[in-house]
Amino acid sequence: MSNATPKLRIRGLAKSFGDKAVLNGVDLDIPAGTSMVMIGGSGSGKSVLVKCILGLIEPDAGVIELDGRDLLTMQPDARDAARAQIGMLFQNGALFDSLPVWENVAFGLLARNDIGRAEARGRASTILGQVGLAPTVGDLWPSELSGGMQKRVALARAIAATPELMFFDEPTTGLDPIMGAVIDGLIVDCVKRLGSTALAITHDMASACRIGDAAAMIYEGRIIWSGPAAALMTSGNPVVEQFTHGRRDGPMTMALRA
Amino acid sequence: MNRLFDTLAVVGRFTIGACQAAGAVTLFGLSGISHLVRPPFYGRMFLRALVEIGYFSLPVVALTAIFTGMVLALQSYTGFARFAAEAAVANVVVLSVTRELGPVLAGLMVAGRVGAAMAAELGTMRVTDQIDALKTLATHPMKYLVAPRLLAGTIALPLLVIVADILGVLGGFIIAVFKLGFNSGVYLQRTMDFMETIDVMSGLAKAAVFGFIVALMGCYQGYTSRGGAQGVGAATTSAVVSASVLVLAFDYVLTELFFAR
Repeated sequence: MSNATPKLRIRGLAKSFGDKAVLNGVDLDIPAGTSMVMIGGSGSGKSVLVKCILGLIEPDAGVIELDGRDLLTMQPDARDAARAQIGMLFQNGALFDSLPVWENVAFGLLARNDIGRAEARGRASTILGQVGLAPTVGDLWPSELSGGMQKRVALARAIAATPELMFFDEPTTGLDPIMGAVIDGLIVDCVKRLGSTALAITHDMASACRIGDAAAMIYEGRIIWSGPAAALMTSGNPVVEQFTHGRRDGPMTMALRA
Repeated sequence: MNRLFDTLAVVGRFTIGACQAAGAVTLFGLSGISHLVRPPFYGRMFLRALVEIGYFSLPVVALTAIFTGMVLALQSYTGFARFAAEAAVANVVVLSVTRELGPVLAGLMVAGRVGAAMAAELGTMRVTDQIDALKTLATHPMKYLVAPRLLAGTIALPLLVIVADILGVLGGFIIAVFKLGFNSGVYLQRTMDFMETIDVMSGLAKAAVFGFIVALMGCYQGYTSRGGAQGVGAATTSAVVSASVLVLAFDYVLTELFFAR
């Protein structure tokens, strides 16, 4: 067991909405350079967990450490600076539809005032090339792109500022199996090239096995299993096996009504 | 007795709800203003909002103003003829347009056109995670989306009202001269003699407040919208209704402030 500080360390993270406890004491370590996939049923709190880490939702309790520093007790400026090293690919892409593609990709670079608009446009073309899109796509609007192209542009935007930690929220949802495999391949390439640490949320077992070195399952607001991604289908945990094999019967009960 | 308590409970809940809403809008507005004076500044977003609110609202505001001036001249002529005071038409038109109708009608028109568009745009951004995406890209949504719109609304509406004032008076002039038989020189002379600086300036000050209100309600309703397409639709309606009511309410408050003796 390595004693090195994990890139991301979460302890006792809790979040409730009204009476419903969505996160109920999440403990999770992601070592630097690891690509972890998080699986879990709909409404199990996967997206809430990522939004808590990103600062989009304020957790009720717990510790979120990035490189050993607790994000929740930092001064706001330091917290913003720490979170600036995180990239995020949203489930629906969340591209800015009032901006052309190149400006979407370069948005983070322009926001940080790292570079001027002319240089940003050139950088956007380069990054679009890294996700398999021609530079001419930069002049299009997000509404003119197919679902797969939108995902690629969203991935380009997420990697543009070379983040040290990346989150992918259901990256293959809504894509056909071939395009899903293409996006997974691009994610693996980007994460490896940048040397980043990654956390991907997915329902798609094939995608989980392609993206992840490690895997964890969240159920009833807690991490109930973690291990190598290769062991997902043969974990020996009855809840994980029911989920990964898509069995209707088993210890896991899915709420049919909210 | 129980019925009395039930009624009081309903009134109490309504009052608490109204106070909470007023407090939330006030805090939202103060937050937007605070981001206006702290860098970074998004000049490109400000110019975009200025063009959207000011330039693209010109046709609707211009048409409203010119027809209002024409109707005002006709109506006041008909009314004043009963007292042989037809000569006061020029005074009534210029006073009504610059003090009241210019800023109020421009405010209402912009509330319908721009307030709705702002609420729809920000509401769509909210429900499609674009506002969350801004945060993950080191950009504060209040600074990027709200502050430039507040400033643009506050500046654009007075500019629109200058145009509305001129066209409103022109509308009255056209009717008075070409339909009612007034002498054009005399009409213009009476207009210039009767108009005071405070009439125009109070109208412009009102317009600045109305512009801020329209942008604030559009941004607030859109930014806080929830629940998909239905939520965006509700936010759009709320933005127009709340901005229109607030424009009329603040019109009274500002009129008291400027002209009450």
